[in-house]
Amino acid sequence: MLDVVWLIPALPLAGFVCILLFGRKLGDPKAGYFATAMVGASFVVTVGVFFDLMSKTAEERHHVKTLFQWVPLGSAHIDLAFLADPLSITMCLFVTGIGSLIHLYAVGYMHGDPRFSKFFLYLNLFAFSMLMLVLGSNMLVTFLGWEGVGTCSYLLISFWHEKDSAATAGKKAFVTNRVGDWGFMMAMFFAFWAVGSLDYSAINGAAHGLATSTATAIALFAFIGACGKSAQLPLFLWLPDAMEGPTPVSALIHAATMVTAGVYLMCRIGPVLHASSGYATTIIAIVGAATALFAATIAVAQNDIKKVLAYSTISQLGYMFLAVGSGAYTAAIFHMVTHAFFKALLFLGAGSVIHGMHHEQDMRRMGALRKVMPITAGTFIVGWLAIAGVPPFAGFWSKDDILLAAYDKNIVLWIVGLVTALLTAYYMTRQVIMVFYGKARWHDAHEENGAHGDLQPHESPWTMVTPLVVLAVLSLVGGAMNLPFKTTTERLALWLEPVVGVHESDTAKLPLALVAIAVGLVGIAGAYAVYYFRKFKAIEPQILADAWRYDSTVSAFMGGPGRKAFDGVAWADAHVVDGAVNGSGALVRGTAGKVRLLQSGNVRNYAAAIGSGVVLLLVWFVVIRGLL
Amino acid sequence: MTDFPILTMLVLVPAIGSVLVALVSKRHPDLVKVTALVTSVLTGGMSVWLLAGFATDDAGFQFTSQHEWIKAWGISWHLGIDGISLFLVVLTGVLFPLVIAGIDPHHDHKRYLSWMLLLEAGVMGSFISLDLFLFFVFFEIVLVPMYFLIGGWGYDNRIYAATKFFLFTMIGSAFMLVGIIATAVLAKADNGQITFDLIKIAENADFAASTGRWLFFAFAIAFAVKVPLFPLHTWLPDAHTQAPTGGSVILAGVLLKMGTYGLLRFGVYLFPEAAVWSRPLFLTLAVIGIIWGAIAATMQTDLKRLVAYSSVAHLGFIVLGTFALTSSAITGGVMQMVNHGISTGALFILVGMIYERRHTREISKLKGLQKVAPVFAAAFTVVMLSSIGVPGLNGFVGEFMILIGSFATARWWVVVAASGVILAALYLLWAYQRVFHGEPDEDNKSFAELKWKEGMLLLPFIGLIVFCGLYPKPMLDRIQPSVDKLLTHVSENSDFKLPAPAEPVESHEGEG
Repeated sequence: MLDVVWLIPALPLAGFVCILLFGRKLGDPKAGYFATAMVGASFVVTVGVFFDLMSKTAEERHHVKTLFQWVPLGSAHIDLAFLADPLSITMCLFVTGIGSLIHLYAVGYMHGDPRFSKFFLYLNLFAFSMLMLVLGSNMLVTFLGWEGVGTCSYLLISFWHEKDSAATAGKKAFVTNRVGDWGFMMAMFFAFWAVGSLDYSAINGAAHGLATSTATAIALFAFIGACGKSAQLPLFLWLPDAMEGPTPVSALIHAATMVTAGVYLMCRIGPVLHASSGYATTIIAIVGAATALFAATIAVAQNDIKKVLAYSTISQLGYMFLAVGSGAYTAAIFHMVTHAFFKALLFLGAGSVIHGMHHEQDMRRMGALRKVMPITAGTFIVGWLAIAGVPPFAGFWSKDDILLAAYDKNIVLWIVGLVTALLTAYYMTRQVIMVFYGKARWHDAHEENGAHGDLQPHESPWTMVTPLVVLAVLSLVGGAMNLPFKTTTERLALWLEPVVGVHESDTAKLPLALVAIAVGLVGIAGAYAVYYFRKFKAIEPQILADAWRYDSTVSAFMGGPGRKAFDGVAWADAHVVDGAVNGSGALVRGTAGKVRLLQSGNVRNYAAAIGSGVVLLLVWFVVIRGLL
Repeated sequence: MTDFPILTMLVLVPAIGSVLVALVSKRHPDLVKVTALVTSVLTGGMSVWLLAGFATDDAGFQFTSQHEWIKAWGISWHLGIDGISLFLVVLTGVLFPLVIAGIDPHHDHKRYLSWMLLLEAGVMGSFISLDLFLFFVFFEIVLVPMYFLIGGWGYDNRIYAATKFFLFTMIGSAFMLVGIIATAVLAKADNGQITFDLIKIAENADFAASTGRWLFFAFAIAFAVKVPLFPLHTWLPDAHTQAPTGGSVILAGVLLKMGTYGLLRFGVYLFPEAAVWSRPLFLTLAVIGIIWGAIAATMQTDLKRLVAYSSVAHLGFIVLGTFALTSSAITGGVMQMVNHGISTGALFILVGMIYERRHTREISKLKGLQKVAPVFAAAFTVVMLSSIGVPGLNGFVGEFMILIGSFATARWWVVVAASGVILAALYLLWAYQRVFHGEPDEDNKSFAELKWKEGMLLLPFIGLIVFCGLYPKPMLDRIQPSVDKLLTHVSENSDFKLPAPAEPVESHEGEG
């Protein structure tokens, strides 16, 4: 079964090719079901590979399947090869699993869109790229997937390209990601220069022998790449804008799968991180913690249902980097998986709300929706409890692991993590109350937002609701994969140990967990007091709503001095570089023009010239040289 | 059949075709087209046949043919190809029939096609000549038809552009002519008699360091203009913008490669010591070109000019790889020469199609084309992504090999050059957004969708873009042996040491 690991990405690729050729013929909704089936089949293969891997001993859980030699590099070469090991197959399981659920959801969500089949074309291409990313046995195959998901992200964010904001958001995502890709490329160059190979096994195997400076360079450049893809400070600004894409895209790409690629990469080259000097991991932990807190403060003041979730995603990704920087790779992966469950659930729930509200995204115009959308509301509430860290929901367990690791690394990081947890519980409660509880505010809003007739929110069709229910169940029980009671219940840690090692900790877990639970409950209670009982006035300062004006400052710089500098280069090219060319052209022409006048063809002029020349020569020889 | 002088025929067939087209009466326009098409397809077929018969592991020159020409001066009709020139020959052979069949010059087909075929003969000759004098003749022949193609079938400012193109290249060539004669004369002592034979001079001549450097620069200036290398690039945007679509495709596709090819074949091969000595200069100019070209491209308002500036950036990568002097970097550079020909050629074709429909190339006048012409937009997207260098498509492989190969010998230049990939995304996606995204306005509402014939023209390009990106091995396997041979020649004739392949370090005194 391990040898067919190539089928995992090949099936969505086949789906892409078929939809490319016959998509229009299949149409709405058949193209969607077909695409769903291809990713579903990929999931089935993944499960098969998973069980095959399970049946082996821990040391043997490492299988490389080489398809062909891709790029020869001098005496070395880079293969198009896949690596099936616990880490990659864990990633594949949730990518294909959640991926097929979201495909199914999109059949309902995108119903009626004139470019229905094209949407699934891109979605299958995305699934293929994402699977290449996680299955690649060397950095270059990962990079192929890395850029592939970036391209699909671009295509899908600007899917409704007639809208200028969507087009701009797509471009912004691609270009910002490219800044990160520069880092990824530099990491590859350093690794290849030092190790002579881009294979993960070769790089990780040689990590201990690497000079500390080289390992640090590889780690930090790879981290720049990760910051781009996983939307960390200072490169996060493309992700909130990416919400311009259709909501299934936000759920699949910009919450559950693609944005976790950076975390995956860091876990993949974990040994290199170990070999790098201490400040490298500290930087990663600090950036993660800072991003987590920073984004959480912004989420508190957003009114767009998707923007809240977008900043929440950035914040949760920050948690994962905090875990990576603290050396707790299992915690990072654990949170990545549970986050994929509950954040996909929340996004799809938000999509269901938007669908039911006829494309209304402003939470101030919602309220009391639990009465008309009971399934959406119920599942959304499960997602809320999971992300808020309420036991026994999945998010509690994984977040707790991260906080524990942060506590071991540095108490300040732990405190930042706790504050973030408080804010997370607060803003998510705020969202749930604004959307599903309180007064129904959509009645008084329908006229000004130009809705067609009286706005009647409705529950979504089965294609959309089924994934919600499945994800809600997973968000509820997902924590079971790694329970901290005994070593044997830490199944994920055991499973991943051959790849990422273990994170040792002597800290007592229970007190920390109790503190975390308390903090989460305080956050929930606070939000209830403000938004449900209206005991206090809401604190939503404009600066938070404006995301600390970071984006607008960057945009102002790019549009102002940045653009002027670019204009300056273009001007210099036309006037200085080319000016020199045209100038020398003009000089030649001008001189030639004047010299030409001498050739007047007038004999008297020539005679005069000859005469004066003779006179001058005579003067020279006679007077100055003193001849004669 | 083994004695069939295929390389000679690669030059003669288009040359004869050119004459035939010129002789056919104007009253038979169909006959003109058929003649041109048959000769160019024949040439293309021969180039593909060459590819099939090429011995992969043979690093030396193949299919050679040598005949005395001017005996007193040691000039001979000496032709041959190796891995470095093979794909440029194939690209030339494939590109010309596509351009001739697929792009309509709109008037005066007879003269246009005659010049086109003469141009093909000249380009072919340049890529397969192994005699300095013969090379110079072909190198100069190329100028004439290109001058007339720009001047005769170009756009409003064509005369200025054609003259600029001609003068720039002529001045460069003047240096090269002096260089060629001086090289042959100075190499006389080492060769025993005067000869213009490339291989004899390269293998036997032993120039003093200072002499070699002077001679190298005489060659390098001509090639730097042709590439074009910053700051000698300003003829290119004008020539590209004003040239007819077919001319632009050929100009970007193969003509510029005469510069990068010349640097390798004549610059580095003849004067290894000088090439090694001047590395910092060329690496720096290449990297400046990458960044400068990309920034200038971003700010262009004319779509064709934008593509032209992107060429300056792309060709900068090739020069970077050439002077990094490692196997991967140069192999990648040679591949990039072909890739750039495919991707940028296709971009010029697409921009030409936009002009045909809208009679403007001004980005600000185009809007929302994706809504009215989704298939056209999809074709543009694929080509654009290839030009940006997205892995899985051809543009990435060459660029990646250049950068990773150069890292060992030119690390800091690579650090800067790699940021060119960010800028490439910026200028192309921004242009794409302004042209294709948004709601189309009145003028753009009736923009016609891709026609069958246009699709057929683009299909080979897109096919090659995908194939070379996913499976570049057949191509690289043929290029690399010749590159390695060249590098061995360089390290034997200069103090340049090839970087040793990295070995995993087992232990290190630093922390574990």
